[in-house]
Amino acid sequence: MKVLVPVKRVIDYNVKVRVRADGSGVDLANVKMSMNPFDEIAVEEAIRLKEAGVATEVVAVSIGVKQAQETLRTALAMGADRAILVVASEDVHQDIEPLAVAKILAGVVKEEEPSLVLCGKQAIDNDMNATGQMLAALLGWAQATFASELKVEGGQATVTREVDGGLQSIQVRLPAVVTVDLRMNEPRYASLPNIMKAKKKPMEEKSPADYGVDTAPRLTVLRTTEPATRKAGVMARSVDELVDMIKGAGLV
Amino acid sequence: MATLLLADVTDGKLATDAVAKALTAVAPLGEVHLLVAGQGGDAAAAEAATLQGVTKVLFAPDHALCHALAEPTAALLVALAPSYSHLAAPSTADAKNILPRVAALLDVMVISDVTAISDAETFERPIYAGNAIQTVRSSDPIKVLTIRTAGFAAASTGNAAPVETVPGAQDPGLSQWLEDRTAHSGRPELTSAPVVVSGGRGIGSKEGFEIVEALADKLGAAVGASRAAVDAGYAPNDWQVGQTGKVVAPNLYVALGISGAIQHLAGMKDSKFIVAINKDAEAPIFQVADFGLVADLFTAVPELTEKL
Repeated sequence: MKVLVPVKRVIDYNVKVRVRADGSGVDLANVKMSMNPFDEIAVEEAIRLKEAGVATEVVAVSIGVKQAQETLRTALAMGADRAILVVASEDVHQDIEPLAVAKILAGVVKEEEPSLVLCGKQAIDNDMNATGQMLAALLGWAQATFASELKVEGGQATVTREVDGGLQSIQVRLPAVVTVDLRMNEPRYASLPNIMKAKKKPMEEKSPADYGVDTAPRLTVLRTTEPATRKAGVMARSVDELVDMIKGAGLV
Repeated sequence: MATLLLADVTDGKLATDAVAKALTAVAPLGEVHLLVAGQGGDAAAAEAATLQGVTKVLFAPDHALCHALAEPTAALLVALAPSYSHLAAPSTADAKNILPRVAALLDVMVISDVTAISDAETFERPIYAGNAIQTVRSSDPIKVLTIRTAGFAAASTGNAAPVETVPGAQDPGLSQWLEDRTAHSGRPELTSAPVVVSGGRGIGSKEGFEIVEALADKLGAAVGASRAAVDAGYAPNDWQVGQTGKVVAPNLYVALGISGAIQHLAGMKDSKFIVAINKDAEAPIFQVADFGLVADLFTAVPELTEKL
C-alpha cells in the first residue's frame, strides 16, 4: 500500500520567536527553519511501515514556499521514495490555512490514491491541530488523531490515541487519515550517504491551481502581539524563606 | 442566531469544569444551546441544564455517539449547524478531534484554542507555543471554535434549562471504539485544579516522582509533568503540561526540576503564581517564576512538604 505523508516547513522549535513591532506578524526573515517535529514522527512511522513490508511506497508532500523543498529533501533522506511540492506562496510570512492545505492534500490523494495518510497532530507555528481532521472530512475517510501506536492489517488500522484521561484504542477502516502524537516513535537522523541519495530522488512541483484550490484565507489576521510579560520574581535563599513567601502571598 | 456548545462527556459523565468555563467564554455571543451526545448521557444532560447561561440542552441519546468518535459526532453537529451562527467546544482532546472535521464538512475554517472573543467575528488565539497572540476575523458564515478554557471562570449552577431530545445523525460506520485505558487517581483533574505541582527531568526516576506527589497531596493539588519526565517514563502521558499536552492556569503552579523550555511554558505561563525549585540557577523557569529557589530537589521538596 501507498502512504502519503504531508510535511510542513516551520520555524525551528528551539528558536524564540520575535513578534514584529508593528503587529504585522512574527519575524521569519533569517530564522532557522526545520521540519515540523510531529511531521518527522509521521515520516518515521511511514518508513517503519515500509521496512515492515506493510507499505510499498512512501510519498512526502509539502505545501508552501519554494524553500519547502529542503523539508521534502529531509523526508527523502529519512527514507521517503519521492516528493511533491505544491508552491502556494511566494512569501514565507503567508501561512496557508489548514482548510486550503486539506483541500490541496485531498487533490493529491485523488491523484495518488494512498491507503493511508500519516500526518503530524499539529504544526508548532500556527498550533491549529486541524489539517488531518479536515482532510479526513473532505475525503469522507475515517480519522484517528493523536496516535501513539499504529497497527495496520487486513484493510484496518488499530490505533492507540492519546486522550485527556489516558489512552484510547480505536479501529478505523482504510483508507484513513492518522495524525501522530509525540510518543509514537523516535525519528531517525538522515545519514550523510542518504542525504546525498535524496538529492537524486524525484520531486514533482505543482501549484494549488493544479488541484483547483483557492488558498485565500478565511481568517484575516488583524494583528499579532506579544503575550503579556510576567514581572520579575523573587529568589528565596532557603526552604524556610520560600515557605514564608508562599504563605505570605496567601497561596496556601 | 444562537451558539451550539458541544459538551465533553466521558462515560456518561459531564466534564463540568471545562463546559462551565467554555460557557463563560461564549456567553457574550448570546443564546447558548448545549449539546450532550451519547447513550447513557441522561445524568450529564440533566447536569448540563443546571449551568447558568444555557438556554436549552439538546440531548442525543444515540449509541453511536458514545466515546465521541469523530465521524458520527461530526455528522450530528453538521446536521444541527444550520440553526446556529457559532459552533463551539472546550479545547479538549475530543473537541480537537471532532470540530475541525465539522468545519471542513461545512467548508469553513476552524479557530482553535480561542482565548478571547472580541465580537461575533473576532477572536484571539495563541500561536508559536503561546509566544504570540493573533487576533483574527472570520469571514465564514458559521464560526467553528474550540475554547482554551484555562483563562475563563466557570459559569455557576442553579439554572433549569429545558432538555430536548434530538436524533443522532447517520453513523458513517468508518471507525469503532475498542477500549479506554484511563488512569484513575484520587487527585483533582489537571486542567481544573487550583493548584498544580509538576515534575521534570530533574526528578530523575519514576520513584523520584513520589516527592512531587507527596507535595501535591499536601496542597490538594493535581500532578503535572514536563515532556522530558513523560518521555523518560517517570509520569504518564496525560500528565504532560505544555504546547502539546495540557494547558493549565491554576492559582499556584509549582515546577520541580523543570528547566522551563518554550514548549513547557506554553502550557503554564498564565498561572497566577509560579514557584520553581531547580538546582540550576540559570534555568529559564526562573524568568517566569514569582518565587524561586535554587536547591537540590531531594532535600528541598520533602522539607517544603513538611513545612507547608
